[in-house]
Amino acid sequence: MERSAGFFDEMFGVGETPRGPYGNYRQWIDNEDPAQLRRKAAEAEIFFRRTGITFNVYNQQEAAERLIPFDVVPRILSGREWARLARGIEQRVRAINAFLHDLYHRQEILRAGRIPIELIAQNEAFLPKMIGVKPPGDVYTHIVGVDLVRTGENDFFVLEDNARTPSGVSYMLENRETMLKMFPELFARIQVQNVSDYPNRLRRSLVKCAPDVCTGRPVIAVLTPGIHNSAYFEHSFLADQMGAELVEGHDLRVVDGRIAMRTTRGYKPIDVIYRRVDDDYLDPLNFRPESMLGVPGIMDVYRAGGVTIANAPGTGIADDKAVYSYMDEIVEFYTGETAILKNVPTWRCAEPDSLAYVLEHLSELVVKEVHGSGGYGLLVGPAASKRELAEFTRKLKARPGNYIAQPTLALSTVPILTKKGLAPRHVDLRPFVLVSPNSIEITPGGLTRVALKSGSLVVNSSQGGGTKDTWVLEE
Amino acid sequence: MLGKTAGGLFWMFRYLERSENTVRLLDAGFRIALTRSSSSRNEWESIVTTAGVRNQFREQHDDFNSVNVIDFLLRDKQNASSVVSVVNAARNNARLVRTALTREVWEATNDCWLTLQKSLARPVREKELPDVLASIRQHSALVRGALHGTMLRNEIYDFARLGTFMERADNTARILDVKYYLLLPSVSLVGSQIDNAQWETILRSVSANHAYRWLNGGDINPTGIAEFLILDRRMPRSLAFCYAKIMDNLGYLAADYGEELECQGQAARVRSRLDGCTVGSILESGLHEFLGDFIRDNNLLGELIERDYRFCD
Repeated sequence: MERSAGFFDEMFGVGETPRGPYGNYRQWIDNEDPAQLRRKAAEAEIFFRRTGITFNVYNQQEAAERLIPFDVVPRILSGREWARLARGIEQRVRAINAFLHDLYHRQEILRAGRIPIELIAQNEAFLPKMIGVKPPGDVYTHIVGVDLVRTGENDFFVLEDNARTPSGVSYMLENRETMLKMFPELFARIQVQNVSDYPNRLRRSLVKCAPDVCTGRPVIAVLTPGIHNSAYFEHSFLADQMGAELVEGHDLRVVDGRIAMRTTRGYKPIDVIYRRVDDDYLDPLNFRPESMLGVPGIMDVYRAGGVTIANAPGTGIADDKAVYSYMDEIVEFYTGETAILKNVPTWRCAEPDSLAYVLEHLSELVVKEVHGSGGYGLLVGPAASKRELAEFTRKLKARPGNYIAQPTLALSTVPILTKKGLAPRHVDLRPFVLVSPNSIEITPGGLTRVALKSGSLVVNSSQGGGTKDTWVLEE
Repeated sequence: MLGKTAGGLFWMFRYLERSENTVRLLDAGFRIALTRSSSSRNEWESIVTTAGVRNQFREQHDDFNSVNVIDFLLRDKQNASSVVSVVNAARNNARLVRTALTREVWEATNDCWLTLQKSLARPVREKELPDVLASIRQHSALVRGALHGTMLRNEIYDFARLGTFMERADNTARILDVKYYLLLPSVSLVGSQIDNAQWETILRSVSANHAYRWLNGGDINPTGIAEFLILDRRMPRSLAFCYAKIMDNLGYLAADYGEELECQGQAARVRSRLDGCTVGSILESGLHEFLGDFIRDNNLLGELIERDYRFCD
């Protein structure tokens, strides 16, 4: 395999012999015919296309539906590696929920002076309408996707806490299904922890968060912006797998203090809404008046305890990139423990000293918009042209508070299958976390995103990234 | 079940049926054009008229030649009734109701769409036309087969079937209406210009050429064709057959939901009108008027179903 210097490869480490977790797999693949593997990879693509596992690309009329490229080489973590990650994730998610509860109630953390008031008060992601609201079961983030990157044997960093409506779990599930179909013999040989019960767990988790007004079996619905949304496949997939209704805003209305869906026999109340619509669009009466995606009055029903919204409105304040830089303090404040998972060092450009440093070292850093996502509005310094650097210098000076900067991490690589054989590519990992009253469950594995272009550090599917099946080994 | 889902199923199957009907029309027209080159332009024109898109065609084209008509009916995205447009609409509805469909039905629909994306990417040449048409028919047959073989017989199935038969009844009525002058007794007496080939076109456009011959021992006559397509309950594209099915599916819904709504009443009225007719009485009082009334009644039924089962807000 070709090697790229200076990066930690998860299959080989920094040497020539495969690392422990990959030993068994390596033996298998060495005996496989590469041409046969490539044929299987092509089959996988047909399977994805037929099943309709596609995503929509905005602003591209012709290629409206695209496949996320799938690579057949799994990303493998040992059971021990995973156990440590899982502990760190659980701690972090626990802290995030406590943080959200605190911010929307007594704001102890602000009173204690552990994070600056301006960080919250002037933050668009903070939702004053949530102050004093008690979400059913006291759960704010029912579903979290924590983005992790790795730079060495024991070095994992949290890149982002997706606490709003993290997507990608359908790929985690379909990637595994595809691998099981293509390489059944591999799973007989290597014991991999199961992920397929995620939809069931999600359902159970949402049921436990049903509001008190619900007396019978809770009715669950997935709220989607509609078939043109980039993640529509996932919305319908999850509804289907959970046996939940898939609804759009115009299927719903407020009836007798409940949210009800229009059925062929009239309106019927819903207890739990797993919404995949952003806060801003959720309720035209309370937020953006022009929104056609939401339900007028849903916030009033929510505040009165008539429905559960998952995730709760206003959770965006916890995954805001400026707030992110305080996560160590936040974890310590609410759990009394030191954070198990490290944060990437972050410069808040709102602070004059940091801004000065960032401007001076721009070509070494990654600059992100505080509220951005999906790899849009991002500057990767080492890969940027002079013009791009100049443009970002201008942007940073104009609105410093809109940006944070981080060192360019030496992301680990995992091999992908190319025409010339295995070749290392940079990866990240998004495990999925389910929160219900008294329990936090993490599906072993998650979604591994991989930058398919040699040397690229951007793994987002909107920017040409692909995915891999992620294996956590049984120990 | 969500009202939107019921509507999505209804329209998904209406669109699939429509695509098949357009394909069948093209098939019949193509055959006529091959066998009777002198009148082929008239034939292509009447196909466009039957498909109900004559005005739009005239806006875009001057000449009813085969190239224009084939492209307009198969591939033109501006034409909401083209095969590409309706299969696209069917698939969008399928995506909308994905949770109500079995994996088999969804994949058959998606396959149909994927195949068309390829086969209709470029203009279809005349020599490729039969293969392309055959492949579209084959794919819609697969969707229907998956529906029959894998779906529960519940409200989901009922709405899917209602869409199919409402569209089919409308289509058969339109074909007859466009060609009704061929079936008028007065014209048939004149006899000479209108020969069996024209009547055959009608039968071919509803895939009934063979069945009709088999049932009538080769005696093709206008009264027989009208009776066959309007009143014969054995003929799966006749108005009577479609309404028997519509009554069944509306009946299952009424039983399931424990209430009869206006749509059941309307369907029963149309059905009993059909029951009370003979082909003689229809031709006597005017085939064109009869079909016009039928198409209006059928449309009204569609609106009532949509309202009674809350497809929209």
